[in-house]
Amino acid sequence: MSTTVTPASPSRPARRLGEARPRYGERIVKALLFLCAAVSVATTAGIVVALAGPTIEFLGEVPLKDFLFGTEWRPLFSPPDFGVMPLVSATIVVTACALVVCIPFGLGAAIYLSEYARPGVRKALKPVLEVLAGIPTVVYGFFALTFLTPVLQDIWLFGDPPSVFNALAAGLVMGVMILPTVASLSEDAMAAVPQGLRQGAYALGASKRIVATKIVVPAALSGIVASFVLAISRAVGETMIVLIAAGGTPNLSLNPAEAMQTMTAFIAAAGLGDQSTGSTGYQTIFAVGALLFIATFVMNIFSIRLVRKYREVYE
Amino acid sequence: MSTMRIAPTSQRERVLGGLFRAALFVSLAVGILTLIWLIFSVVKEGWPRLNLDVLFHFPSSNPELAGAQSAIMGTIWVVGMTAVITIPIGVGAAIYLEEYADRDRWWNRLIELNIQNLAAVPSIVYGILGLAFFVRGFLGLGQTVLAAALTLSLLVLPIVIISSREAIRAVPDSIRQGALALGATQWQTIWRQVLPASIPGMATGSILALSRAIGEAAPLVLLGGLTFITFNPEGLDSAFTVLPIQIFNWISRPQQEFHVLAAAAIVVLLVLLVAMNGIAIFLRNKYQRKW
Repeated sequence: MSTTVTPASPSRPARRLGEARPRYGERIVKALLFLCAAVSVATTAGIVVALAGPTIEFLGEVPLKDFLFGTEWRPLFSPPDFGVMPLVSATIVVTACALVVCIPFGLGAAIYLSEYARPGVRKALKPVLEVLAGIPTVVYGFFALTFLTPVLQDIWLFGDPPSVFNALAAGLVMGVMILPTVASLSEDAMAAVPQGLRQGAYALGASKRIVATKIVVPAALSGIVASFVLAISRAVGETMIVLIAAGGTPNLSLNPAEAMQTMTAFIAAAGLGDQSTGSTGYQTIFAVGALLFIATFVMNIFSIRLVRKYREVYE
Repeated sequence: MSTMRIAPTSQRERVLGGLFRAALFVSLAVGILTLIWLIFSVVKEGWPRLNLDVLFHFPSSNPELAGAQSAIMGTIWVVGMTAVITIPIGVGAAIYLEEYADRDRWWNRLIELNIQNLAAVPSIVYGILGLAFFVRGFLGLGQTVLAAALTLSLLVLPIVIISSREAIRAVPDSIRQGALALGATQWQTIWRQVLPASIPGMATGSILALSRAIGEAAPLVLLGGLTFITFNPEGLDSAFTVLPIQIFNWISRPQQEFHVLAAAAIVVLLVLLVAMNGIAIFLRNKYQRKW
């Protein structure tokens, strides 16, 4: 017979040393907080569900091939055409105009703030730059339409001047709006480059310019590329500027001086007209929205991965 | 890096270095000068209509009489309600992720990745979500203040979570360890030590998130359409318009007078945003502790 361990008293449950009294309140709090965090996952799930249903119905009526590669977008004509190419090409044109501004100037500003500016100067200039990111997009749209477009029309040198609504003004202004995002993320990446790399180059006799362009920028490249990808994603998803300043006519053209309708502008314009639930017009909002969501989702994930990569290397 | 030529500072390099530095400075100036141009030209354009009529008159088809009263009240209603919904959820999520979540669990990593992605989802996509679930479909709230506030809450939630997490992370671990060593439970430690210490940072982040909500128009265009609203909201189930939508409405009219009015309303919107950012910066400077 072996001795069996019995509880000290039959009325009290056995408890090992060091074991805490169960605290149900603590567990309830933790569960509630977890639910708060889960709201974000539910949001993504909600977006996917909201987009998927009507998009699948839409694709039941319009073959995927006609939707993706069709060159006419006339959803309100009879018979309607649902070729999304004009909206996609307009999105690409506007995005390209935005990138022409935000990539060189954003990267330049980042190098200046990270490598050249004294701490006091950086502390003063960075918030001013951040203000650009905080200005509402309707304001940028108004600025592009009423102030930038007339200037572009005046100084236009070649071919027909831009029309009242044009992709160029919308894109350029959008580039200024995104500039702080590029500058700030690139600067973060450059700040993460170890000081030793710079000092090593200086010790070999390199000038400040060489250190910035041949040491810091290559070493921070994954973070810089991440900021570019995020900038593209922002430009593709921006709505109000293009809705106000780029025009409302689907136009399969690569000439930024012409009026054209982007994917986002179409969604907003279609939402303005009160579409009845379940109609094909209503479904187009979701089909184009799904395309937009997939495109930006892929870019966002790619960008997040790149940022993680440089963090792992240097931090 | 195979072969890299690093020349000693020559005359040529000095010139190139100067040009490079100038180019960098121009890059920075592009943004700042555009900002100055934008503000200057909007104020100049809106100047004739910058008076109290903009604040106290209701929208009208006559540009002389029109004002943005219903849009201003609508903005206050919608953004106020957004704050009520999004701040508790955002702070709760931030506490979970910083204090409780085990990074080795795949679902916690999924939540983090998901929040980072949501922060970059185009705002119009949130509008589609709101249209499908809040306005029609599930909740069927119609084009109301509550539907708009719910949509904007989801839109700014990632920003609130990310900034609240930073505020919590700034509280040093020694505070937590001290509280735990004295016998406090984890929640007591968070509620009585970590949260009070991180409130200034959270308040700053939340105000900045709400100022994003104030300027947001795209999702609400999709939710509410451009309805002509000449009354102030009276409750959560009221129809509404907000400042950016009213501005968009005026911009899209052909008459020049409405563009002047839009510029005046933009100045009102920008003043509102500057005030909110000022409060945020004030809170941060006054209450944030250095550990």
